[in-house]
Order: sequence, then structure tokens, then C-alpha cells
Amino acid sequence: MKRRNWCGAMGMTAAALPLLAPAVVHAAARPAAKRELIVTSFPDLDRAARLAIPAFERRHPGVRVRLSVLSLADLPTAMITALAAGANLPDLMAMDRENVGKLTDSAGLHDLRAAPFRADALAAQVAPFALAAGHGRSGALTAFPVDIGPGALFYRADLLASAGLAEADLNRSWADYLRAGRQLKAKHGAYLIGNAVDVKDLVLRALLAEGEGVFFDQGGQPLLRTPRFERAFALAQQLRQAGLDARVVAWSNEWSEGLRRGRIASQMFGSWFAGHLQNWIAPKAVGLWRSASLPEGAFASWGGSYYAIPRAAREPELAWDFLRLLALDPTQQLAAFETLDAFPSAVAAQQGDYFDAPLPFFGGQPARRQWREAAARIPSVDADRNDAMANDVVNAALERVLEHGERIPAALAEAEQRVLRRGRLLKRAA
Amino acid sequence: MKAALQKRWRQAQPYLFISPFFILFAVFGLFPLLFSIWLSLHSWDPAAGLGAMSWVALDNYRYALMDDDWFHQSLWTTLWIALLAGVPQHLVALPLAWWLHTAMGRWRNLVLGLYFLPFITSTVALSLVFTSLFSKDFGIVNSLLDTLFGWGGIDWRRPEYTKWMIAFVVFWRYLGWNTVLYLSALQTVPKDLLEAAELDGAGAWARFRHVMLPLLKPMAYFAVTLTLIGNLQLFEEPFILTGGTGGIDQGGRTTAMHLYRVAFTEGDFGTASAIAWLLFIVIAGSTWLNNRLLGERKEAA
Repeated sequence: MKRRNWCGAMGMTAAALPLLAPAVVHAAARPAAKRELIVTSFPDLDRAARLAIPAFERRHPGVRVRLSVLSLADLPTAMITALAAGANLPDLMAMDRENVGKLTDSAGLHDLRAAPFRADALAAQVAPFALAAGHGRSGALTAFPVDIGPGALFYRADLLASAGLAEADLNRSWADYLRAGRQLKAKHGAYLIGNAVDVKDLVLRALLAEGEGVFFDQGGQPLLRTPRFERAFALAQQLRQAGLDARVVAWSNEWSEGLRRGRIASQMFGSWFAGHLQNWIAPKAVGLWRSASLPEGAFASWGGSYYAIPRAAREPELAWDFLRLLALDPTQQLAAFETLDAFPSAVAAQQGDYFDAPLPFFGGQPARRQWREAAARIPSVDADRNDAMANDVVNAALERVLEHGERIPAALAEAEQRVLRRGRLLKRAA
Repeated sequence: MKAALQKRWRQAQPYLFISPFFILFAVFGLFPLLFSIWLSLHSWDPAAGLGAMSWVALDNYRYALMDDDWFHQSLWTTLWIALLAGVPQHLVALPLAWWLHTAMGRWRNLVLGLYFLPFITSTVALSLVFTSLFSKDFGIVNSLLDTLFGWGGIDWRRPEYTKWMIAFVVFWRYLGWNTVLYLSALQTVPKDLLEAAELDGAGAWARFRHVMLPLLKPMAYFAVTLTLIGNLQLFEEPFILTGGTGGIDQGGRTTAMHLYRVAFTEGDFGTASAIAWLLFIVIAGSTWLNNRLLGERKEAA
């Protein structure tokens, strides 16, 4: 039996040899190796990079862009590991807004303010709040934005209208938002939102003052026992107690089905959510959805993508050139917006007729104009390396309030202690 | 001189031939192991690079044991799921193997193969399928429970159900594996022992209880050890089923998941390494306990 296996393996190898031969010949006949720019990205952001590659390769004959794509969940893990080891790093690495705080303090990334990048000179060309988030605690600019997510309130206009409600009833104030939810539930049995937790997230961001962090102040101390958190928790609790949320997690099957079937009437997210609604969640609901500004005239950012140049990059200058093309070239920025709903971070790309065009999916509403106005008024938010940890702790605290009826001040006080403990911040505070 | 060199070369040859294993083991086995001990004694944010490591001695262990209440909770969750998924695995696998052995005849291997199928299927794929099966509004489990008992709309993500859901998936996945183990042990039992017992008037139950079960003890020890080690390191199933967070109230956050989050969400590789070693101590302790309960005793032999 073993002998037969051996023979089989030998036979397979022999059979594979002719297949390998052309590859060997091809390699031998190839001209001198091209310079290569290695870019790591995640879906769908990789599509924007793909759009830019032909123009970049025309600009740099002899340079080939190699794009390596990892899932959004795997990319930060892979990049942290690579930064830790200082090996296997690309020339240009993508990160989503959620992971920016974790990486901006990394000593393994170039400070883009320094030569040869001198990104400070370009600051006026980029949405200020997005650029602010790319700075680490030391002030170094290590991540540069390529798209942003101005927050919007998406809602089903048909459900609202048949419940006798107008858009203003939904976003005049948070109290009105809840009142509209009750009316909607009474009339249709539809839920106002997928999960009360989403409202907490939005309120936390919407009530931020310029330059403040969501969870930490600029000194890295937690801000959990502030009126902002109390209000966010209280609103989420009221929503849950009134039975206005469907208690489903965003991106789960129940959530997308709920939105598709009109069981969930509104969702607050970045402008990029329009593409998800239109492409796969509710493609048949043409004309039924609308985009509104957030309640109480708040402006918040949701998501967004960044690129960074590792110090170990072999082609930092080429990487910077490619990054500038992605981030600042109006044609490229608009192409990314048209293709994958990545809202332009470059101010110059936010102009033009494209933004005034009526959108059939939104019943002819020129929604892009609204998102642009929101983008201009979003305050700068300070990112912290402990944001992801604090987010976990705050969500756990809100679960205790929503599920077990714990008092909000007590839950927040405990959460703050836990953030201090988990972030090992007690020593620093002392 | 030449002869001496040749002799030395001859002596070195065996070491040269076995060196690939040792080189690979040193690079991919031993080094990470030792590095993680070293790491557990440091405070380190990996994104900052190797230069950012600072010595903290046993502080990470102290933090994990005294301050990290999520770690303590994760230990309970892990033990709970390990028992909930592990005990039924053996209680069902043993009779199942006996039934396959005695009643299935030539269909035995086919039926065994069917039970074994979940074991060789990707955990991630299985967990994703189960996520759909346990869906609150559109899942087949709820529609079945609704049809059979009139229990509608159970939200399986709620903390009181999370552990049960994970334990069920783990039980279902490893049942076939344990059945194979027990069946292979049953097949080695000499038939004449059973026939002798039958001649002595022992019924089916008596033959199983007094002849088979004692002979299966070594295999039971082996199988329970594997279950203990596997279940205490549980990661993929709870990770996918709870969307990577551990679920509401962290009801499904196992210790392996917790240390992954400490490392990659909180960026604290030092504490994560310390937790990994503490988990190792728990696993080693339970294996020792299992050895005391089920293992062969030298003095008894």
C-alpha cells in the first residue's frame, strides 16, 4: 500500500512538471524586476485602490502596485502582529476609523508631518475632523483619511407618512424621536430602530464638543461620568422600556430582514449606509427610504477609512504618492464615491453637480447635499488607544442597565472604574 | 586527520537527518512558548514595536488574578460550557458506540461516518450555519419549537441561552469523534470474554456494565482528557456564534476568547500571555484530576 502511494506521488509530480515548465521559462524571459508598491487593504476599500492603480502606474512607469486584501476583522490583527515584529509590513496599510486610535501612537508608522511627506501643508484640503483623528497622543500624524462617514438618520418615509408623521417629527429632538417611535409602533407594530445600543452610540458622538474624545479626554482619562453618557444611556433605556427597538444586532440576519420587510423603520449610520440599503438590504424599496439629519441638529461621524505608511516600508515616497492620489485627487475621490459610496474626505471632491443630483432610491431627494452639509459641521473627535476597550466596557454597562434594570449612575461609575482598571490607568492617574 | 574528519562527519550525520524536526520545532514551537513566558512578564503594546516592552515582573499575573473580573467570569463560562458540552458527549457516545458495535452490522461504518462528518467540517462554517438555525425570527430551531411545543420567538442570543447554544454545537460536533474512540476500543475487546459472560448467564446490561465498561476505562481516560483540553480551549464556536463579542453579559465569552480580546482589542499582549499561562495551569490541573479519577494506577496494575 505504502509502495503504491509512493508510486502515485512520483507519478503526480512527473505529471505536474510540464505544467511548471512554462512558468520557469516565463520567469527567465522576464525583463529586469519592476519596482513594487505593496498596499494592504480591506473590502470594499480595496475597490477604491483598484480604481486608482491604472492612473498611478501610468504616472510611474516601471512601478507595479500589488494589492493584498484581508477581511476588515483580520486586517488590524495582521497589521498589529506585523508592526510588533517589524516585519512583513506593506508600503501602505489601510485601517478603518475604529482601529485608528489603536495604531496612531505606533512607533512603527511614519509621522506624515515630517519630510518627505509634509502632510501639514495639505491640511486645508481634507475634512478637518477626519484629519484630526489621524493624530496620535504625541501629535504625530500617522494615519491619513481617504473617506469619511457623515452621520445621517435613514428612515422609511412611507411608514412614517401612514402613521401621520413628518420628517421633523423624527429629528426635531430626541424626545420627538421617541414619540414618533411610539406612534409608529401603535400604528404598524414596526420598531423604531434595530437596537437601543445604536442610539447610545450616536448620542455619545453627537453631543461631543470640538476636540473631545468619545471615551477619554486628551490626557487619556475616562469621561464616563459626564452628562453626555447619562443622557445616552437614559435615551437607550427609554427606547428599550417603550419596546421601540427590535433588540437585534446590526448586520445580523434579523436586522437586515427587519429593514427589508419594514419591521424596522429607521437606522442611524454614516452616509455609506445608503449603498448597503440600495445594493443588498432593500434593493426593491426604491423611493421608500429617506435620509434626514440627526435629531437635535447634531452632527456626527460614523466610520471612515485611513491609510498609514509603516517605517519599514521599502517605498515610502511611492506610497505617499499613491496615498495622495487616493486621498486628494478629486477624480479618484469621486470615482470611489460613485463606486462604493465612500464619501470624499477631500474638500475639493465635495463640489459639483453630482452632489445636487436627485437620488431615485431616496424618492428623488438630493441626499448627497445633506451629507456634505453634515460633513462640514462635524466636530473633531480625539481618538485614544483605549477606545476599543472602553467601547466594550460601556456596552457591557448598558447591557446591565437594559437587561437587568441597573441604575444608570451606578452602572457608569462601575464602568469608569473598570476602564481605569483594564486600561491600567490608575497608576497614571495617581 | 582525514580519517578523524570522516569519523566526525559520520557521527554528525544522524543529527543532521533528524535536525529538520528540531529546527522547525524550535522556531514554531519552542520559541513562541518561551517568548510568551517572557512576554507575560512585560507590559507591551505590540503596535508600538518591540522597543516598547517594559519589565513588570509578575504584575500581569497579579492583575489577571486579582483585578480582571472578566477573566474570572470567562473561567466560569469556560468550565460551564466544558461540562455542559463534555459530559453529554461521553454519556451519549458510549451507548452509541455500543449500539453501532452490536446492532449495526455492515452498516456500521456508514453510520459512523455520518456521525463523524461534523468533526471534519470547518468549525467556522458550522458555526455560521448554526447562527442561521438559531435565528430568532427566521431560524429553523425556533420554528420547530413553535410547531412542536408552541414556544415561539426564543432569542438565543440572550444571556440565559448563550451557553446552552454554544454547548449544543460543541456537543454535536465532537459526538462522532468520541464515538469513534469508544468504538475502536470496543472492537479490541475479545469476543470470548463476552461469550463467557453470556454463558455465565449475564444479560446485555450486565455484560456491558461488568465486562465492557472496565475494559473501556483506559479509552475513557484518553477521550475525557481530550475533551477536557479541547473544551477548556474553546474559541471558534463561541467567537462566531456571539459575533466575536462574547454576547450579552459576556455569557459566551470563554477564556480563550477573552485572552484574544485582551491582546487584539485592548492591545495588552503581556496580560494576554499571562492569562494564557493561567489557562494552561487550569488545563494541567484538570488533566491531573482526571488522571486521578480515571487513569491507571501503578499499584493496582
